[in-house]
Amino acid sequence: MQFMLLFSRQGKLRLQKWYVPLSDKEKKKITRELVQTVLARKPKMCSFLEWRDLKIVYKRYASLYFCCAIEDQDNELITLEIIHRYVELLDKYFGSVCELDIIFNFEKAYFILDEFLLGGEVQETSKKNVLKAIEQADLLQEFQEVLGVPRNPSPDSLSHVMNILMSQCTK
Amino acid sequence: MSDIVEKTLTALPGLFLQTPGAGGPAAARAPFSSRLGGLIRGITALTSKHEEEKLIQQELSNLKAAVSAPTTTLKMMKECMVRLIYCEMLGYDASFGYIHAIKLAQQGNLLEKRVGYLAVSLFLHESHELLLLLVNTVVKDLQSTNLVEVCMALTIVSQIFPQEMIPAVLPLIEDKLQHSKEIIRRKAVLALYKFHLIAPNQVQHIHVKFRKALCDRDVGVMAASLHIYHRMIKENSSGYKDLTGSFVTILKQVVGGKLPVDFNYHSVPAPWLQIQLLRILRLLGKDDQRTSELMYDVLDESLRRAELNHNVTYAILFECVHTVYSIYPKSELLEKAAKCIGKFVLSPKINLKYLGLKALTYVIQQDPTLALQHQMTIIECLDHPDPIIKRETLELLYRITNAQNITVIVQKMLEYLHQSKEEYIIVNLVGKIAELAEKYAPDNAWFIQTMNAVFSVGGDVMHPDIPNNFLRLLAEGFDDETENQQLRLYAVQSYLTLLDVENVFYPQRFLQVMSWVLGEYSYLIDKETPEEVITKLYKLLMNDSISSETKAWLIAAVTKLTPQAQSSNIVERLIQEFTVSLDTCLRQHAFELKHLHENAELMKSLLPVNKSCEDMVVDASLSFLDSHVAEELSQGAAPYKPHHQRQEEKLSQEKVLNFEPYGLSSSSSGFTGRQSPAGISLGSDISGNSAETGLKETSSLKLEGIQKLWGKEGYLPKKESKTGEETEAPPIPQESVIENVDQTITKKDPSQLLTQSKEEKEKQLLASSLFVGLGSESTVNLLGKADTTSHKFRRKSKVKETKSGETAIAHNMTRSSFSSPTNVTYEEDYYLDNLRDRRDKELNDFTLSAELLDSESLTDLPLVEKLSNCRPSTPSLFADDNMEVFHPPQSTTASLANEISLASLLEETTEHMHSDLMEVCNNDTMSLSSYKIWKDDCLLMVWLVSNKSGLELEGVNLEIAPAENFKITEQPGCCLPITEAENTKNFQYRVQMEKPFTEGTLSGFINYQVMNTHAVQLEFSVNLSLLDFIRPLNISTEDFGKLWLSFANDVKQNVKMSESQAALPSALKTLQQKLRLHVVDIIGSEGLLACQLLPSIPCLLHFRVHGDVLVLWFRSSCSTLPDYLLYQCQKVMEGS
Repeated sequence: MQFMLLFSRQGKLRLQKWYVPLSDKEKKKITRELVQTVLARKPKMCSFLEWRDLKIVYKRYASLYFCCAIEDQDNELITLEIIHRYVELLDKYFGSVCELDIIFNFEKAYFILDEFLLGGEVQETSKKNVLKAIEQADLLQEFQEVLGVPRNPSPDSLSHVMNILMSQCTK
Repeated sequence: MSDIVEKTLTALPGLFLQTPGAGGPAAARAPFSSRLGGLIRGITALTSKHEEEKLIQQELSNLKAAVSAPTTTLKMMKECMVRLIYCEMLGYDASFGYIHAIKLAQQGNLLEKRVGYLAVSLFLHESHELLLLLVNTVVKDLQSTNLVEVCMALTIVSQIFPQEMIPAVLPLIEDKLQHSKEIIRRKAVLALYKFHLIAPNQVQHIHVKFRKALCDRDVGVMAASLHIYHRMIKENSSGYKDLTGSFVTILKQVVGGKLPVDFNYHSVPAPWLQIQLLRILRLLGKDDQRTSELMYDVLDESLRRAELNHNVTYAILFECVHTVYSIYPKSELLEKAAKCIGKFVLSPKINLKYLGLKALTYVIQQDPTLALQHQMTIIECLDHPDPIIKRETLELLYRITNAQNITVIVQKMLEYLHQSKEEYIIVNLVGKIAELAEKYAPDNAWFIQTMNAVFSVGGDVMHPDIPNNFLRLLAEGFDDETENQQLRLYAVQSYLTLLDVENVFYPQRFLQVMSWVLGEYSYLIDKETPEEVITKLYKLLMNDSISSETKAWLIAAVTKLTPQAQSSNIVERLIQEFTVSLDTCLRQHAFELKHLHENAELMKSLLPVNKSCEDMVVDASLSFLDSHVAEELSQGAAPYKPHHQRQEEKLSQEKVLNFEPYGLSSSSSGFTGRQSPAGISLGSDISGNSAETGLKETSSLKLEGIQKLWGKEGYLPKKESKTGEETEAPPIPQESVIENVDQTITKKDPSQLLTQSKEEKEKQLLASSLFVGLGSESTVNLLGKADTTSHKFRRKSKVKETKSGETAIAHNMTRSSFSSPTNVTYEEDYYLDNLRDRRDKELNDFTLSAELLDSESLTDLPLVEKLSNCRPSTPSLFADDNMEVFHPPQSTTASLANEISLASLLEETTEHMHSDLMEVCNNDTMSLSSYKIWKDDCLLMVWLVSNKSGLELEGVNLEIAPAENFKITEQPGCCLPITEAENTKNFQYRVQMEKPFTEGTLSGFINYQVMNTHAVQLEFSVNLSLLDFIRPLNISTEDFGKLWLSFANDVKQNVKMSESQAALPSALKTLQQKLRLHVVDIIGSEGLLACQLLPSIPCLLHFRVHGDVLVLWFRSSCSTLPDYLLYQCQKVMEGS
């Protein structure tokens, strides 16, 4: 996969992940063109687009468009399922996700994406495993906030705790 | 410390009780009533883009102040980062925060670090310089005992990491492959995958570990390793054939549902894994029957199992079908796969239909009948409201185009072209139309009109090859000359009509094509005089909307037409107009025209009619100025120094130490040109190239070669064909048409049946015109489409193939004539000579390419030439260089004599290279042949006198006339008192060159007496070229560098190479072979060569390959030698 974009029906970008090195200018240009093209398509049309030498696979969930760019020999249908799996993950994590969740917690959405896709390839296909990895990190956050762990604690003690936590979670 | 642990453990149950669904959002939403929330709300409340911009700029300046303030805590920094990411997503520049993101990743605690890493991965790209600052942090985190930190470090490494810093983390990541946690192992594998992508050489040594990852007990790790394998197998499938069994077993297990239920996706077992495995099997089984056989079973099972009606099963099916068609074919599987394609194509779901069309384009060349089966669907898709479907259908049609359906298909393509606005599509489609038109055009009018449409729509965005190819095709023509003229005439007519239309703007490229064609071929038309054409061109020239480049083309056309025109009023007006033009280029052209116009005779000879294909001979060394230069020099003028040399000297005067031995180069050689040829390293360049080729490989689907594997005897569905091509009736299997029509009709409302059927009829008609020539009868033709179909407009450049055919024949013929050496007639002899020469050339080429593999031999003497020249005894039978004045040999040649002589000279020949024996003169009694031996210190000319008569010859004497440029030394024994009957004697002369020159003639005479009769004298001459006196100069790279600086005479020139040589090795080969240069060193795309002109004038050559241009740079101590060598080089590079 070359990149993934999430944008709203109004054409506002909500999330962008680039797996190929491109300049900011190019990214902006691509985003602008793609958002325009995708928004112009009618609902009955197919979910694939040929754009330059790439294939664009997009799907709309409520007010949000998910849009992936793949190469020509990649499988379009499975890319649709990648999008769907990502939505499922978001849904599970946020609990019936809506656009606002992603707007206000976009960094979480990024964290989930990074556990699911890494470097443009599917990293983990098991929903359980992806969420487990995210929860581990979130648990740490709560753990720190709840217990008021002192800043810069001695690394040994903290990492020990964390490892215990991790082993609990991954079991 | 234990306190904390205890507290944590007691808190744990509570934490776990919260389901992520309920707990997650609550936890996530709460703290964000903060400043990010405020910002977002602020933005949504705004109404105009302008207000948003103002707000964000304000926010950014606040953030800028905040991140650089010393009082900002890391926690606040984390918050700032999130806002920065948001601003940047909205399209505003937040680059001031990049360094702080890196700092945050470095210094923060886990959570801050996490945001820091995220910000880095979003802000920076692989080659960003700041990324280097992250390396230390990554190394530290990889060594951390905290798993979360290790995970984060691995995640960032798999996303962006500077290529040159890989060695710093590689051992750490390798260690992680043995980690007890699967998530760490998995991420480590993916990090290595990333490294493999950006620097494959650096991870080569851990291939064994990849195998271990493939056998990992965790499915996730195994699946991750498949990414690497897919990649590696794509690059080199033969190296991993032994793994086929493993992949098949894994796939079997997956398909059989042996994996944990976790990996199911909508109750389909691990679809991603299945697809990846199918892809790998596809690569492994391609063109390999034995490997393919291993996978038939599992493919069959996959096809069978994937029957659930869900998208993801279709995704697997699609991949499966693709694999079945790519590997070595098995008819049962193919049948099943074809059925699957049917499911896709006939599906009401538009996405599946699209994929069905895509699958058809993959398989259509193997199995054109599939297109017939689905023709009605394809016709429907052609008018589909979704342009993407239409586009894919056209792609499909493009692949089944043949001479019979071309007009319909191209018409459909043009229709689509007129509707589309996107540049990429236009470029792509225009290219395809041009290609098809060139291949299958039914007639001239159609071809020209289609190309007109291409040019007017494709205009200035299309690939420049299209107009170039078109013009070349017009100029070079094809086999039939009258056909050529008609095509040209038609083009001229059509352009003149187009130009008559008022107020139409054509793209610049189109105008350029027009002006060239009109300039060259207007003479063909009777109706309009050259004056009228010129008037039209002039009108265009006066048009302001036309670019100056096009104007240059127009003036060139006018210039060509001027000598044909009777009156020249307009030309004069044009000259007047443009000699004062502000555009220097146009002014130059106008002045050229003006001066040529004043000299009508010169103009006519310079611009002959219909000679565009004939090459003009250009003396690049400007040798015709030699006398003038000599005169000037003798009068004390300073010798000419090229620009770069002057600059170099100027520089060396200014500086005490000159570190740039070459000085500034004036050419386009750029960076490398400035370095000394003696020490350039292009390491980074090489790896860059490899990355690029890697990219190239991925970007296209490899469909070539499928046909070959899939021969005529392969799978052909059992549809019988009843069609003959001679009738106009659609050559489609009737049953299938009816079947399809039935299907479509029954679906329609009966009340509309009447009108519908009319429509249907139209569609059928369309179908019959589209799928004509696709019946199974012509299937065979189509299978061989790529190579057998003769292009309608075939270019002439394909002589080579026929040549190799001829040489094969020649080979046989020479063989056979060797076995029966009597009575070889003159014609045969001549023919054979010709062929043999050609064969030798071929042979040379052949061994040449073979030798390329062995790069070591590059530095040696040209072995190949030696080999091909050292053909013992037999060739001399026909030895006669047809380039010389050809003396028809007598029917009884003095073969015997020659053989003897050759035997006696064998010692000589084994030691040195020598040329073929060639007869220089003969008569009834004797024949004189000569050959050259290129000795290390001189050229040794050997003349062989063979006595053909049965009588003794007396006083045989050979004399060589003294020649201007040669020093000739006679070897002893040049006057032979008696030559016995049927014997051969030889004379040897050492020849040395005194002054460089390109070519000279050595002439002389031989006289003898036959048994007391009068003396007979025969004259002869031999051509000597500069190359006969060039020897390789064996020096080291350092010596080269020193010598280079010491020489003052240099010549630099760009030479265009013929296609076959457009690569460094072959260019180098040619130079080494043909010019006898010594290869001193090869550095990247540059080469250093050295040679000497006997007796000892060195000449150095530095050359660089730049695309298909060879930049040659000679230096020598002799002033004229570089010029001559350059000339030879050009001859060699362009000639062959």
